Amino acid sequence: MNPVLKVEDLSIRLPVGADRPYAVNKLSYSLYPGEILCVVGESGSGKSMTANAVMGLLPKAIQVDKGAIIFDGKDLISLEEKRARDLRGNRISMIFQEPMTALNPLMRVEDQIGEVFLIHSNLSKQQRKARTLELLKDVGLPDPEKAMRVYPHQLSGGQRQRVMIAMALALEPSILIADEPTTALDVTTQAQILHLIKELQRKHGTAVMFITHDFGVVAEIADRVVVMQYGDMVEIGSREQVLNQPQHPYTKKLIAAVPPLSAPDREIEDRAGQKPALSVKSLCKTYVSPGGWFKPARTVHAAQDVSFDLYRGETLGLVGESGSGKSTVSRCIVRLLDADSGEILLGGSAIQDLDHKALVPFRKQIQMVFQDPYASLNPRKTVGRIIADGPIAQGVPVAEAMDRARELLKLVELPETALERYPHEFSGGQRQRVGIARALAHNPQVLVADEAISALDVSVQAQILELIDTLKKKLNLAVLFVVHDLRVAAQVCDRVIVMQHGKIVEAGDTKAVFEDPQHTYTQNLIASIPGADWRSEHQPTAVGQPA
Amino acid sequence: MSILRKLSTNKVALFGLIVLVFLVLVAIFGPYLYETSPWKMVNRPFLPPMENTDLMLGTDTMGRDVLAGLVYGARISLLVGLISTMIALLIGVPLGATAGYFGGWIDEALMRFTEIFQTVPSFALAIVIVAIFEPSVYSITIAIALVSWPPVARLVRGEFLALRNQEYVLAARLNGQTNRNIILREILPNTLSPIIVMASLMVATAILLESALSFLGLGDPEIMSWGYMIGAARTVIRQAWWLSFFPGVAIAITVLALNLVGEGLNEALNPKLSGKRES
Repeated sequence: MNPVLKVEDLSIRLPVGADRPYAVNKLSYSLYPGEILCVVGESGSGKSMTANAVMGLLPKAIQVDKGAIIFDGKDLISLEEKRARDLRGNRISMIFQEPMTALNPLMRVEDQIGEVFLIHSNLSKQQRKARTLELLKDVGLPDPEKAMRVYPHQLSGGQRQRVMIAMALALEPSILIADEPTTALDVTTQAQILHLIKELQRKHGTAVMFITHDFGVVAEIADRVVVMQYGDMVEIGSREQVLNQPQHPYTKKLIAAVPPLSAPDREIEDRAGQKPALSVKSLCKTYVSPGGWFKPARTVHAAQDVSFDLYRGETLGLVGESGSGKSTVSRCIVRLLDADSGEILLGGSAIQDLDHKALVPFRKQIQMVFQDPYASLNPRKTVGRIIADGPIAQGVPVAEAMDRARELLKLVELPETALERYPHEFSGGQRQRVGIARALAHNPQVLVADEAISALDVSVQAQILELIDTLKKKLNLAVLFVVHDLRVAAQVCDRVIVMQHGKIVEAGDTKAVFEDPQHTYTQNLIASIPGADWRSEHQPTAVGQPA
Repeated sequence: MSILRKLSTNKVALFGLIVLVFLVLVAIFGPYLYETSPWKMVNRPFLPPMENTDLMLGTDTMGRDVLAGLVYGARISLLVGLISTMIALLIGVPLGATAGYFGGWIDEALMRFTEIFQTVPSFALAIVIVAIFEPSVYSITIAIALVSWPPVARLVRGEFLALRNQEYVLAARLNGQTNRNIILREILPNTLSPIIVMASLMVATAILLESALSFLGLGDPEIMSWGYMIGAARTVIRQAWWLSFFPGVAIAITVLALNLVGEGLNEALNPKLSGKRES
């Protein structure tokens, strides 16, 4: 069979001063009709570069050095820009990660899709409308007639991605390039979109180049897999080959870092006699967006009657999809948000009604690790000051606080020299370690990790999880782990709480919840995890498990 | 300083900076090196430029040296521009920071107060203020500052609104830091770049305002300034073009240099906004 797209010895040069000379180096692979080729790699591996080169979307500063991308017998690189564009527009289409920014917010769905036909075909107005409706039905939008007339902001993330797919498939392209199309979506929505892409691909025989960082997604959807590292293709092969018998050490390392889905056996301690470090009772929080003249007021129950206990030395997972209220709960607990009602008992004292001043001594006992390693450190402060400023604010002498910061850096496995350096000199994982050191500066009893690993690459995730686990044992911390990734939750949590629409729908020991979920929502969540069949059995890996 | 290094790679901004440095040197040392008083009658009135080698730019309606006027005027223009901008920052930054950080009714009250100043045409307000007080360097500087702080307050408020929910600010709150510390140490340093850019452009506007006030005769009668020179020469513009031309060029060059530097700073400090860099 002839490939539809052939990448030959492609090298793309990065501008001078980048961390390496080539974004991709001597890359060669082929895409065959009717297959799904997954390009996997961590951030900065150059996995999106080839797709951008195919689409002519490379930034100005980045040039193709040599090599060719052969499509339909012609080289897209050396071809004149206008002819290459014609070739692409009709026959290759692309869907992006962020469906909100990829759609024009001022155009109705109907007009956005209709525009594709307007430019590339000579259908009449009626025909365009009919084709658009057909496409929207195809991608499974509920009530397609109505969906034609709405604006993008009136659709949910998953629905927007469906519209994007409808647009991409409008002209029956031979190649569909999908650049992390499900990364911004919740796990249940992701499962639906993956299913849809696969189904449409089978139906139309489209070749799909699917770029992702998630091995679960690869296991779910790929026919063949390309693994990228620092711009080099380190491995290519069928899904079974790459996932089950990886050859290259990097692939092995990546796959080992993917947490298996099943929860390991844990000793379940009897906590009957112990006092909880943190106790939350009937916490409620409601957001009200005031109505205007023409729109009714909107109320969202972000937390309804949420109660749980957290003991020292255990990790409690708070899982749920976006909008489930898990972040609201965690922020209420650390008093960044004020709860409407309910009690928050920290070491036995109620802290929910304390004002700014009265709260100060309690701040030491409960600390938070944030999600975004880039936004959570002040770019204008040295790492030493970032860690030490908390204790200094509490009245610890500067010299003592700096000594303590030095110790903390050792504790989170960063060199002492980091003290005088600024956050931008560190990688995402290292920054997250600084964030953890800052949270530990007060010797807290309770550590709230709010999606603390979501923004990190999978191999870095594993290290940070391990660090949190080691610290938990060493310092006897109570850890509240807010997370949307169920694989991670299965590995690190002793107990989990599942939230939906602000309510706790299920709570229990991790193993019990994962093996025998009671609530339909939990069952649905677990079933939606991509690649659930692959690596479902538990293997001893290095991912932060108790021995 | 990395900002200076970035600025020096931008040729246009570098040109602006060189002109500006030259003007500052003239303002500081000019009166010592060029000792002719701008008020002293040195030759016959209406002496055209280039006729007398001692008086390259000619003399004005009263036989005073135009070049001396320019040299002495540089000092007052730059000084009024700088100091009024500083006062405007001293009013605008704390006000905007307080409004943006605390939000709620504090924000409402402070912003309505700011709007009172914004709804009155600023030049008219400046005239009124100068007219109420005696026209002097002090009253002019204060008048200019009073009409130019509202945009600063709005800018700083916007930056604070955007930054106050950044995770590092939340972390500082969790650390038990005081509001004062969070405003001064966590947020303010991160809003400096747009403030610096705005300040450099405000100096240019202030110089124009000062010239306009002096042109209308509301300048300090004791001090020679570029605006005053143009104002005094406007009735004889057809007989003696050079009397308004040279101070006009001086104002234009100064404002242009400040704008070029401001633009350059903007590009150096906000590489993403300027669109010159793509990643």
